[in-house]
Amino acid sequence: MAIITVQNLRKQYGDKVAVKDVSFSVEEGEIYGIVGRNGAGKTTTVECVAGLRKPDGGSIRVDADLKQQVGVQLQESMMPDKLRVREALDLYASFYANPAPVQALLDEVGLDPNVAFAKLSGGQRQRLSIALALVGNPKVAILDELTTGLDPQARRETWELITRIRDRGVTVLLVTHFMEEVERLCDRVAVISKGTVLTVDTPAGLISRSGGVQRVTFKSTVPVDSLKDLPEVHSVTVEAGQVIVTGDDNVLRAVVTALPSTAVSNIKTETSTMDDAFLALTGE
Amino acid sequence: MAITAPQVRRLTSVETKLYLREPAAIFFAIGLPIGLFLILGGTIPDFMKADPELGGLRPIDTHLPGMMILLCVLTCAFSLLPTVLVTYRERGILRRMSTTPVSPVTVLGVQLVLNVATTLVTTLLMLVIGNLVYDVPFPRAPLAFTGVLLLGMVSSFAIGLLLAALSRNSRVAQGLGMAVFFPNLFFAGMWVPRALMPEAVRVVADFTPSGAFGAAIVQVLTDGTAQWLHIGVMAAWAVGAGVVAVRFFRWS
Repeated sequence: MAIITVQNLRKQYGDKVAVKDVSFSVEEGEIYGIVGRNGAGKTTTVECVAGLRKPDGGSIRVDADLKQQVGVQLQESMMPDKLRVREALDLYASFYANPAPVQALLDEVGLDPNVAFAKLSGGQRQRLSIALALVGNPKVAILDELTTGLDPQARRETWELITRIRDRGVTVLLVTHFMEEVERLCDRVAVISKGTVLTVDTPAGLISRSGGVQRVTFKSTVPVDSLKDLPEVHSVTVEAGQVIVTGDDNVLRAVVTALPSTAVSNIKTETSTMDDAFLALTGE
Repeated sequence: MAITAPQVRRLTSVETKLYLREPAAIFFAIGLPIGLFLILGGTIPDFMKADPELGGLRPIDTHLPGMMILLCVLTCAFSLLPTVLVTYRERGILRRMSTTPVSPVTVLGVQLVLNVATTLVTTLLMLVIGNLVYDVPFPRAPLAFTGVLLLGMVSSFAIGLLLAALSRNSRVAQGLGMAVFFPNLFFAGMWVPRALMPEAVRVVADFTPSGAFGAAIVQVLTDGTAQWLHIGVMAAWAVGAGVVAVRFFRWS
């Protein structure tokens, strides 16, 4: 059953259309990703869902009390410098009719309760922000760019945290432009570009739809121009002495057959990633 | 959005702690007025001379505590309150809270109560310390005194909220606050007592919020009365600034 249904959402700021026509629906208990480049309309879309902005057109239905049952983590939201972690959580817990136990949340996000906000690192601030989004025991959590600016370790920890939240039955609406995050976390994603939804699919579906592109990189002591004529090859580029060849599933065999084996070294192959799928979709 | 007891309790406790963690705020709102009262009272002999114009009271019984109470109220109203509110808006704190069940009115109300409480603490401390150290009599008309004090606070805080509504960011709020603070101290009689002001300046002062407040609080400490002009001017500022502030205040 859909817990969030957005239909033909439209929002503009003055003359600038931020969201042209966005429709999607989120099922209960899934992690749903909204991906797109900067300025695609992702944040405006979820801020409309969260009730922070008034849409200019279309409809939004959320099957939960917006204030009591929807937890929100905003981009760049700060706390007073001298507010300590526990105080912030106790304060936000007091706002809700049925708050989560603060101590359990503290343990889950692994924060020292006595540290003042000003002394928290970027990753710790993000974790506090997530904890604050969860302190009301929400049915839905809306998380906007939650791992931007985090180091890889902190990012991985945050992903584990989000997975645990979903396992407790919370529906997560996640805004991101970070493809590894989509691949790791999301059950389904809506790809947004220039204020419209390009496609909705599972991360695996998006990757396979981008055509199973293979990429071969190697160093060569002979010219590689002739590779362009092979049917298996899509493109050939040379960057800093490194040859990059993309093509279909048989591209590696085609390359090593076409070139003398003594001329080729340092061969690496990569299958297409979420990044490739995203770039293919958004046209770059 | 209902206002619930846990919200009010927790917000009050958290905001009080944050307030107490800012030594500068405590210094300017409580320490400075009381310190100046003690130091000026103890070092300037004129403050200790009985004055027939004051019905035999000394300036330290009337003018000095009146001005120091006013200094505290204006510090809270024109500087502390708008700075906190604008900083909260600037940092997205008010916007973040607007996604929760807490009402913005509760957030604003707690800030107001906190600043009103600070001015009451300063006033009470000043009355008690003045009485113990310099034999300053307690207000002879406590009800009238309290009325003037509350009306002066309401008009000053309404202007403070207006400053918060009009300030784009906390730097503007601080600049605007200071630009309003010093002229108001002047018109209140902080540097030139109202009685010594040229007639034209006094007429202008009577129509400024702090001029009316300063004149009324000194008078109520002197003879226990107040003029309708000053009460009317304070009430008009309270309503005028309050209405405009509510009209223009933004949460994000």
